[in-house]
Amino acid sequence: MNSFWAVFKRELKSYFTTPLAYVFLVIFLFFSAYLTFKQGFFEVRQADMRAFFLNLPLLFVFMVPSTAMRLWAEERKTGSIELLLTLPITITQAVLGKFFAAWLFLTIALALTFPMVITVCYLGDPDIGLIVTGYLGSFLMAGGFLAIGCFFSAISKNQVISFVLSVVVCAMLVFAGMPTTLNFVSTFLPAGFVSAIENMSFQTHFESIQKGVLEFKDISYFVLLIVGWVAACTIVLNERKAS
Amino acid sequence: MIEVRELRRSFGPVLAVDGISFSVEAGQVLGLLGPNGAGKTTAMRMLACFVRPDSGTATVCGYDILKNPVEVRRSLGYLAENSPAYGEMTVGGLLNFVCDARSINGKQRKSILDRIVPMCSIDSVYHQTIETLSKGYKRRVGLAQALIHDPDVLILDEPTDGLDPNQKYEVRKLISNMAKDKCIVVSTHILEEVEAICSRTIIISRGRVLVDSTPAKLKEQYNCSLDEVFRKITTAKS
Repeated sequence: MNSFWAVFKRELKSYFTTPLAYVFLVIFLFFSAYLTFKQGFFEVRQADMRAFFLNLPLLFVFMVPSTAMRLWAEERKTGSIELLLTLPITITQAVLGKFFAAWLFLTIALALTFPMVITVCYLGDPDIGLIVTGYLGSFLMAGGFLAIGCFFSAISKNQVISFVLSVVVCAMLVFAGMPTTLNFVSTFLPAGFVSAIENMSFQTHFESIQKGVLEFKDISYFVLLIVGWVAACTIVLNERKAS
Repeated sequence: MIEVRELRRSFGPVLAVDGISFSVEAGQVLGLLGPNGAGKTTAMRMLACFVRPDSGTATVCGYDILKNPVEVRRSLGYLAENSPAYGEMTVGGLLNFVCDARSINGKQRKSILDRIVPMCSIDSVYHQTIETLSKGYKRRVGLAQALIHDPDVLILDEPTDGLDPNQKYEVRKLISNMAKDKCIVVSTHILEEVEAICSRTIIISRGRVLVDSTPAKLKEQYNCSLDEVFRKITTAKS
């Protein structure tokens, strides 16, 4: 447990000792608010955060892989992985330590969007329950994207490659649930396949959580996704750490 | 304290280590010599449980590197080639991280850092980030990191590489002082270093052990300097 905390602490600190955290936070906060107001936040004349949560998956497709890409690619490139993994730390502890540190960092970024909450509360009387489930869904979605990014970061020493690969996979998982995609595939695939594709998508599960419905299938989707990709990351890293 | 049995490892078509066996006892300083690409670093990485052997095994302080890698790492200090570290961290930050990972806390940590930092002469750069340090200082930070838990077994991959003559002398003195009750494996290209600190030397080439002897015996046997001995052995048999 000690080793896990050591990795966790070091990783979280490293975000803030480099400009990375600040650049990320400024850009994320700017675009999350910009997209919300641009998409007719005032015109709708409803005090809720739908417009904010609607854009989050698209923003996450780019922002989360950019935090995740360095996790292992950088360690392997600079060789510091040799220092890390010759300390009494197991690979699982190291992977989890880094993953949770990055997840906490993204949670901090999400928490810093609190002025949006204040804004809607000032403008009207929003459903707090919806806002809470919206944030819960975003938190889980960030974890899912991060797990994918973490895996691709372990695959390549090159951060750009791991970034591009994880953006592609995350985008596929988001777009698979968009109505346009589903309409298109339903023209030539049987209904069972279409609903399978729909259920594999982030979008579907995120939307249903965000609507305030906390269902077992949505939560378990994210949990399975995270566990699966993080476990795959551990296996890949074990094979490739020294190469 | 170190028992190596038939370690073998290849990377693709390249056979890096081809079934080496040796053992090292407490109080010995073993110099691992060999030309570039001989397999020294791979052998050391396998002992530090960073690289998994294809076959064969080794024990460090009684722990098997395959069955009990975490205990092995707990009981040894390892300085990797080029002493990798986190560039954005300060020297103090890195040493504290290593203390965290090795569960050294509270007063014990303070007293250890108070001892280790002057011992490796890194007091002046303690608050500097590692990426701004010269090669010599980086090595010394790596050395401090390896010594922090006062391990019984030390594995040092080219510990004096990049140091100036004064620092080399200091590091050799440090190693000699620790030699009495520890088991130390050092890899190096500098043969005068072997004469100065090693009580035993193993020459490996192309992944195989060619000679297992002491520096003095080798010189006596071949009746020439260690440099020439090294050349004769590694060129004749390759």
